[in-house]
Amino acid sequence: MPSLLEVRDLVTRFYSEGAVIHAVNGVSFSLDTGASMAIVGESGSGKSVTVMSLMRLVRFPPGRIEGGEVIFEERDLLRLSEEEMRRIRGNRIAMIFQDPMTSLNPVLSIGLQMTEGLRAHLGLGERAARDRAAEMLSLVGLPRPKERLDDYPHQFSGGQRQRIMIALALSCNPALLIADEPTTALDVTVQAQIVELIQGLREKLGMAVIWISHNLGLVAGVVDKVAVMYGGHIVEQSPVDELYEHPRHPYTLGLLKAIPKMDGRDQGRLFSIDGMPPDLRRPPESCPFAPRCIYAVDRCRQALPPLDELGAGQSVRCWRADEVAALNVAGAMR
Amino acid sequence: MRTAEHKDVLVRVEDLKVHFPILRGLLKRQVGAVRAVDGVSFDLFQGETLGLVGESGCGKSTTGLAMLRLLDPTSGRIVFGGRDVASLDQRELRASRKHMQMVFQDPYSSLNPRMTVGSIIIEPLNVHKIGTPAERRGRVQELMRLVGLNPSFINRYPHEFSGGQRQRIGLARALATNPSLIVADEPISALDVSIQAQVVNLMADLRGQLGLTYLMVSHDLSMVRYISDRVAVMYLGRIVELGRRDPVFDTPRHPYTRALLSAIPTPNPKRERERRRIVLQGDVPNPANPPSGCRFHPRCPLATDVCREADPALRNIGGLPDGPPHLVACHHAENV
Repeated sequence: MPSLLEVRDLVTRFYSEGAVIHAVNGVSFSLDTGASMAIVGESGSGKSVTVMSLMRLVRFPPGRIEGGEVIFEERDLLRLSEEEMRRIRGNRIAMIFQDPMTSLNPVLSIGLQMTEGLRAHLGLGERAARDRAAEMLSLVGLPRPKERLDDYPHQFSGGQRQRIMIALALSCNPALLIADEPTTALDVTVQAQIVELIQGLREKLGMAVIWISHNLGLVAGVVDKVAVMYGGHIVEQSPVDELYEHPRHPYTLGLLKAIPKMDGRDQGRLFSIDGMPPDLRRPPESCPFAPRCIYAVDRCRQALPPLDELGAGQSVRCWRADEVAALNVAGAMR
Repeated sequence: MRTAEHKDVLVRVEDLKVHFPILRGLLKRQVGAVRAVDGVSFDLFQGETLGLVGESGCGKSTTGLAMLRLLDPTSGRIVFGGRDVASLDQRELRASRKHMQMVFQDPYSSLNPRMTVGSIIIEPLNVHKIGTPAERRGRVQELMRLVGLNPSFINRYPHEFSGGQRQRIGLARALATNPSLIVADEPISALDVSIQAQVVNLMADLRGQLGLTYLMVSHDLSMVRYISDRVAVMYLGRIVELGRRDPVFDTPRHPYTRALLSAIPTPNPKRERERRRIVLQGDVPNPANPPSGCRFHPRCPLATDVCREADPALRNIGGLPDGPPHLVACHHAENV
């Protein structure tokens, strides 16, 4: 069976003030129908630009998708006309964002915003679209959905708005949901509710989910595999258990160590990754992580390592991955 | 980190209330009040870090702002250095600010983009007329080194720095007047994970070097656990649990604290999949119209009739005899 989504060698650049920003530098991954993965990285890693590119939401100027393929349901999205793409966006692929307030129109009732898409994509009449909207709102656990269709976004709490966003995104039964840090702006207890909600809906509706996050902790329990991005590259990709138990890339290792453990006693100093994220205006000729990497040798500063396939769905982009893994096994024994 | 051994109280907060009036109609008559902070009391000991945690709207930031009189309290006392900060006049207040400073959440909006780093850090020294102009310039360089910024960047503007570096600038500015108290409102939540640890380590180092006392306002419980000596949990304008860090995290006695702790994701996929979260139903109620009795009862899995009727007081259950108490506001704390 072919994958639902296959991204190959995606390259996206931005042109600004005479500089070229190498945001995404040849990213490849695939996702099966109904599966879930996370793309993890910090701001500027290229994780959001990657998904914006596959949704074809990168506008020129300043941004341009300059290479690669995005095969979704056996069609290359990068070759579709804008009209064809519009039929996929919000219909077959839906997206939810960090801040529901910026994606909901404040001057339109939520009923109007929800029925608009249903009528355009599914060709429903007004009454049927309203029924479907109310049904979706009750699916995401909003109390009294029928009465609340005529309310405006500001009349809901932050968690409720995120639920409305999810209802809106799922109302056309997408095959793929992209969740771009949907819980960052929410409190932990509400965060837990939303994560659980998306998980439940994924099982119920059989859709695939891509979680975009900067937090390795948040996605641990909800995905099948994880791609870690740094400086516009995937630096490690792995089934979730393997990634957390045996991180291969020094950056992944650092991210995991920088999270304070809730069960830990006195941990002494918190592990920190010194230095700053890479300047994406420089073309990526060497390992982007080398300036911050405690394992870096001359080779790392001279050439970009390839993404090595290690088997069992694991791959890592590091010249010294074997040594790093060995060192950390030794470190864990101590 | 170390527990504060000494018991000197630096700040005593007594029954602090901050209510924001709700005004309606043409005449702007007051029709109610948002009770953002509604009777909060705690001591802050010299040299300790107190973590103040809770969800948005619980009043934790308002408490921090009111402690520094960046917001005027509706009632209550804030005793700092033998004087009630809540009743100081403007001139006295300005003088007292030398000793208590704030670090803000967003390093992008809390620094004036038109001022150089040097002029941002020197401003408190100018305001408080500390030292000669030459001494102030020397102090700025010293502060920049202290927070790990290269002093040769003194004439650069905030936009030339990353988020983590900007937070260092904010820290240098806060430390300029040699304060004894720093209120830090979500100092790391706008930063990337790999940078958060740098700032947390820096704050811990500065505390040791300069003998600072921190009130750390945050919703990030794992970071609070890492940096705090004691922790206070707030819900809807009240402290519901307050005690030494490990007992609060290991054996929480308030059902809300338990739910809050169980919601924190951990970077361990196997444990995450097996974990049973206590998922609270519903949202935090409106602080303009808090529920009767215990404010947590509509969302509490243990609520009984007494919870709907009687507002539980903060009481000591099982702190160490010689140590600080473990305070909980729950009728059923013994059964949690």
